[in-house]
Amino acid sequence: MPAVHAEGLFKVFGRRTAEAVDRLRDGASVADVRERGATPAVIDVSLTVEPGEIFVVMGLSGSGKSTLLRMLNGLLEVTAGTVRVGDAELTALDDKALRRLRQEQMSMVFQHFALFPHRSVLDNAAYALEVRGVDRATRRAKAQEALALVGLDQWADQKPGQLSGGMKQRVGLARALAADTDLLLMDEAFSALDPLIRREMQDQLLELQASLGKTIVFITHDLNEAMRLGDRIAIMRDGRIVQIGTPDQILEDPADDYVRQFLADVDRGRVFTARHVMVEAPTLVAPTAAPAHVLQTMQAHRTGSVLVGDGDGRVAGVATEDAVRTAVATGAPSLAGVALLPPVDVRATTTLSDLLAPAAQDEVPVTVVDDDGRLLGVVPRGAVLAALGGVPRPAPSAAPAPADPVGASAVATKETIRG
Amino acid sequence: MADTVFRAAEDGALPQIPVGDWIDSGFDWVTENFSPVFDVISAGTETGVEGLRDALLFPPSILLAVVLAVLGGVVRSVRFAVVSLLGLLLLISMRMWEPAMATLALVLVSAVIAVAIGIPIGVSAAKSDRVSAVLRPVLDFMQTMPAFVYLVPAVTFFGIGLVPGVVTTIIFAMPPAIRLTELGIRQVDPELVEAGHAFGSPPGKILRGIQLPLALPTIMAGVNQVIMLALSMAVIAGLIGAAGLGGVVVTSISRLDVGLGFEGGLSVVILAIYLDRLTSAFGQQRGRLGGIPSFLSRGGTVGKAGLGASSRSADAVTPVGTDQNSPNRPAR
Repeated sequence: MPAVHAEGLFKVFGRRTAEAVDRLRDGASVADVRERGATPAVIDVSLTVEPGEIFVVMGLSGSGKSTLLRMLNGLLEVTAGTVRVGDAELTALDDKALRRLRQEQMSMVFQHFALFPHRSVLDNAAYALEVRGVDRATRRAKAQEALALVGLDQWADQKPGQLSGGMKQRVGLARALAADTDLLLMDEAFSALDPLIRREMQDQLLELQASLGKTIVFITHDLNEAMRLGDRIAIMRDGRIVQIGTPDQILEDPADDYVRQFLADVDRGRVFTARHVMVEAPTLVAPTAAPAHVLQTMQAHRTGSVLVGDGDGRVAGVATEDAVRTAVATGAPSLAGVALLPPVDVRATTTLSDLLAPAAQDEVPVTVVDDDGRLLGVVPRGAVLAALGGVPRPAPSAAPAPADPVGASAVATKETIRG
Repeated sequence: MADTVFRAAEDGALPQIPVGDWIDSGFDWVTENFSPVFDVISAGTETGVEGLRDALLFPPSILLAVVLAVLGGVVRSVRFAVVSLLGLLLLISMRMWEPAMATLALVLVSAVIAVAIGIPIGVSAAKSDRVSAVLRPVLDFMQTMPAFVYLVPAVTFFGIGLVPGVVTTIIFAMPPAIRLTELGIRQVDPELVEAGHAFGSPPGKILRGIQLPLALPTIMAGVNQVIMLALSMAVIAGLIGAAGLGGVVVTSISRLDVGLGFEGGLSVVILAIYLDRLTSAFGQQRGRLGGIPSFLSRGGTVGKAGLGASSRSADAVTPVGTDQNSPNRPAR
């Protein structure tokens, strides 16, 4: 069951809104509807948010993203369409049931923090629980826990006015976390913070998300933020969603020129990661392989080095052509005695900016490994620059460039070398 | 040409509208049909005001003056306590204590009633644009109608004496309570109210827990204004037989007694300054009693710190209040 499901949502302000919805459904233009005194803010939006994902709604100011968010928790009444949260149809609830739903299933983080200046940080964090009627001792304990999660437990007795912007928003986050709802709505939560703090908060959110597994609907106007945080992104323009997809899908296949324009502003070095540029993991050369055989294969593929495995899917090191040649000359029975260069490992989530330095050295290919150190793929050197420059990625099956000295092609394939 | 038109108008080309006659007959009708109601109101008000006056006059005047001064000291500052003690002692020495206490009783009762009626009206005006739109001209009427004009109908309903004084004072003094309550609540950051809704808080709890506490400084400014207007009206009410400093001033006018008039006027000023400083201290949270919001905000631990700290204005991790009496010092 999806965490949030919205179907055919419309929000029209002004006069004769129902008529405006009908006209929009019949294909009337926004300008046309506007002329008749109605202002459409959200037009025919449908979306599904799966449990545990960060769903980012991105758009410029006036694109209707905040209006959309407020319809998801009923702060704004929909003009048409339905919203389901969990198994409840939010749009069909009366006021009392709606309040209950908000108390128990959703909390919100605001752009300007919306902390209550007359309450202490702790009482702010405990607010949702207080509304729900949790007794004082319990709610204070839970609020204190939530403050500890965001690193502000020392500030519990202060007033929000005494905190910096970043700290205030962490209180805002703690207030939402203390409510212990599965769904978190974040309305431009980090937009009012300066860039450094914003990045810090994004990291903290991702960290919290990894451990708490909330469902988050995150509104932003910043595509970099969307790409960094979002499992999926919906891009809004003039009240409509123009594209929904994973960051990769959007990057690789922008739905229209509008999205493409946006992407032009993306800091590719920070948005693209090793995962985007790596190519299929080659089979590791077993340490027991015969040097002569290896050398032969390397020459056949015109590569300068091979990755030597440890027999357990991890990279033990890199053998250069010279090293293998030496092993052949000395008559070594296997690669075991060959002096290996240490591998240059990166993670799949390493950004391109952080890939530049590893990719710049020229003897060892950059290997992408998972948390256990197992090989996922390698990064062809040219690919980093190509991705930064916006050159479309070659199809995964593309043949390696023959002259590539240490790139992906440097590695032997399964058929040619077996341990 | 134009001249003849104007002349025609003066001569009755426009019909005369007997607004005054209508009002007269309207008041007659109300008086005839509702006199029992007025009698009850009369009796209640009279008991209230006279009871309070007697209570104020019960302790020795010097003792009460000291108590009032100490109250000022607690709420505001020692300097204020000293100055108000001097002022109140001067009242006693001028032999104006008794009328001053009668006026104080009248002012307090009227102000309490005006505030008790005005704040709920202000709240509903803040919640509804329609109520607000209807109220605005009514409030304008109440405030700009010359104060003396209220006296006549009040006398018609309640006769000469204390009660019409209280009634006119309430009507005259109520508008600031309504206006500033509405203003205060409307000024509360909408995002904070939205936050209340987003966490599923019912409207009553949002009002009590968020809007009223945050509007409190503004509302208290309104209460302060109510008291000041009540005081000015209480003096005018002397014209229709309300006892107190108003009576003293009216007597001095009829006798052309400059000295007595000045004493009465000076007493009003002393009372006014005392009440103004006292109530404005509540509103600005400058004094040592900073915890008024906690009365309203259930479950809040407002403790020592007041309302002055606005969430957005101060990003730095520093105390917001710079006043040396500020309660906003961080309680580290």
